[in-house]
Amino acid sequence: MSQANPSVGPWALWRDRLLKLQSDKPHLVLLGLMLFLAFLAMDPATWFVLTISGMAMGTMLFLMASGMTLTFGLMSVLNLAHGAFISLGAFVGAVMLTGALGVYTVSPSLGWNLLAILPALFAAMAVAGVVGWLFEVIVIKPVYGDHLKQILVTVGGSIVLIQLIEVTWGANEIPVPRPGALRGAFVIEDWVPLIGGLVMEKFRMVALLLGLTVYGLMLWVIDRTRLGILVRAGVENREMVEIQGYRIGLLFLGVFIAGSALAGLGGAMWGMYREIITAHMGEELMISVIVIIILGGLGSIRGCFYGALLVGLINLYIGYIEPRLAAVATVGLMVGVLMWRPQGLIPVIKV
Amino acid sequence: MLQSILSGDLPRSRVLSVALIAILIALALGPFLFPGTRAFATLGMICVFIIVVAAYDLMLGYTHIVSFAHTMFFGIGAYGVALGIGHFGSGFGAIFIGILGALLLSAALALLLGLLSLRVKAIFFALVTLAVAFAFLSVVTQMYHITGGEDGLRVRVPRELGPAFRPLDSVTGFDLFGFLGVLFTQPWNLVDGFRDAFFTVRFTGRTLMYYALFLFAGVIFLFLLRLVNSPFGRVLQAIRENEFRAQALGYRTVLYRTAVVILSALLTTFAGALFALFNRYVNPENTLNFELMIFILLMCVLGGMGTLYGAIIGAVVFVVAQNYLQDVLGALSEAVNVGGFVGSLIEPSHWLLWFGLLFVASVYFFPSGIVGQLRIWARRREVQQAVAERQAESSARERLT
Repeated sequence: MSQANPSVGPWALWRDRLLKLQSDKPHLVLLGLMLFLAFLAMDPATWFVLTISGMAMGTMLFLMASGMTLTFGLMSVLNLAHGAFISLGAFVGAVMLTGALGVYTVSPSLGWNLLAILPALFAAMAVAGVVGWLFEVIVIKPVYGDHLKQILVTVGGSIVLIQLIEVTWGANEIPVPRPGALRGAFVIEDWVPLIGGLVMEKFRMVALLLGLTVYGLMLWVIDRTRLGILVRAGVENREMVEIQGYRIGLLFLGVFIAGSALAGLGGAMWGMYREIITAHMGEELMISVIVIIILGGLGSIRGCFYGALLVGLINLYIGYIEPRLAAVATVGLMVGVLMWRPQGLIPVIKV
Repeated sequence: MLQSILSGDLPRSRVLSVALIAILIALALGPFLFPGTRAFATLGMICVFIIVVAAYDLMLGYTHIVSFAHTMFFGIGAYGVALGIGHFGSGFGAIFIGILGALLLSAALALLLGLLSLRVKAIFFALVTLAVAFAFLSVVTQMYHITGGEDGLRVRVPRELGPAFRPLDSVTGFDLFGFLGVLFTQPWNLVDGFRDAFFTVRFTGRTLMYYALFLFAGVIFLFLLRLVNSPFGRVLQAIRENEFRAQALGYRTVLYRTAVVILSALLTTFAGALFALFNRYVNPENTLNFELMIFILLMCVLGGMGTLYGAIIGAVVFVVAQNYLQDVLGALSEAVNVGGFVGSLIEPSHWLLWFGLLFVASVYFFPSGIVGQLRIWARRREVQQAVAERQAESSARERLT
């Protein structure tokens, strides 16, 4: 553009670049803007801690939200019962951690802890996945293609699932023990410049690592494998994939099960993070999940990840400045982004 | 006469007509037929929910706009009255100011939501309203110095609407269910049962408030019935069936959609205000909770979307189930008395489980709800009768020739 009009100075060039950036990479612009504004509003050490914690929270939210966004993207099924799977995962994880594997949980050594944590997370994923399978076949399959009925049926199904959780594990809050080795915090050595002497909670680091690993795995599956190609093609044009002879129903079922399992995983992690769970926790988390998938653009894994980071960060930043406004800020962020880009940050489908 | 009161939208099913008349009588004479505070509260909640669900049906059933922010408007109305009375003392002026303020706020918020729905597609709207309603709930819960937080606010209603006001003394009521119970269980004691069924009604300001509520519910319902059978209502149904086509015919569907969202919000706000005056206690749980939103959705769908009569049927069925299904389940679990998982399935506190199952099943098998299904059956019977008559006619004619 600057070639076409040689009279523009360097400022106009930069403005053009910025405009291009905000239309090409809105997620990075927004993320950078938020980090920058927060950096101005607080001292660097607090900012660093909050940023890391916010990203940890964001990656946990990403685990929960990714399934829902893919479900919508692939089959345009809006599953409002997704929160129930989060609760389910949290309860299964908690039962594993306190029940048979309780001995390993309380041990202070990481090796023994892993003997409890890995089966707990695996069980949470397995149970949520199996229930998700049943849920898809029994509840959702009959109402493909009808959004209104999907909303109604999944709301009803969500009530039933949450009630069943209450029937099985009681209506009261359940404390979840955090594994021994993950309690407490790291202290960064004093000699490290800028961030020396900071205290980082261990569990958040683990959550961040796990979240990033899952995100990396999902990107690999979506970008590099045959399965991923099919999923992406299905999101873009379902009928075309069907015409090629692929059984999109089966593919969708697989995605739904994986999404439910991830919700269960996120729920189990969230339970360990909060150290207390209720059957209704999934419903409360659904708000964040919904904001995330709207922010990211329905159906987009990358958008979902950045949306989750944004929601996690704004929650902690605003929660630090004025705790009472955290929820409002989250929803405000969503409304603002919708006004700016109604299709979400990284849209992949035309709804 | 009846045609013009009901705006030409008759129940169109004999069973439905009978049920509606029974409900009308029960609500009109309620305080004189069902003794006890619990029954009184149930009657009041039915009236409140008839307004709320009918207004919701205007959006969901007639225009296919799925909104989860309905409780937000309900809460605005309830808190508006509570705050008005809290600030200006318990007079009717304070109530008026409170309602006015609440209506203005609701209209502004609904306009914003409606404008937002311009920018996003229909399916987004449901999600956006869900998030906005949640943010509102969190604001109300957090601003405890104004709204009382989780504890909520007590509404000191004017003396004329409170229990201390006694305009009428010693009115006699007739305990219908008590009498029916005697009639079916011990008919030999019929005379005694008949005598025992009479009870003294405490006709207080609360009873007056109930009748005000009943009156408003009736008027608003008839207004909505008029609205959906007007040209405006036809356009809404056109939008529901095919928005693109309605647009192509030259209707500004966005205008209509926004108008419906605002109107529904205003009516719900008003219902919230009436609820605050009737219940005399307002907190986030009874006005803003997400569960309440789901209940409204359940009532609307169960009664029958797109049929305003469904709002009445749905509200009655749900509120009665909410209040009395627990008793039934309690009796059942005592009678069956099995422990373990199966036992806890029929525990009274898990009534919602059964209602949820019923709801899912009804969406599959009776998607048009109770009212819609009754109308379908009535129509089918009519058609069958017409066919039978024509056959009889033609066979008679054959016999003549």
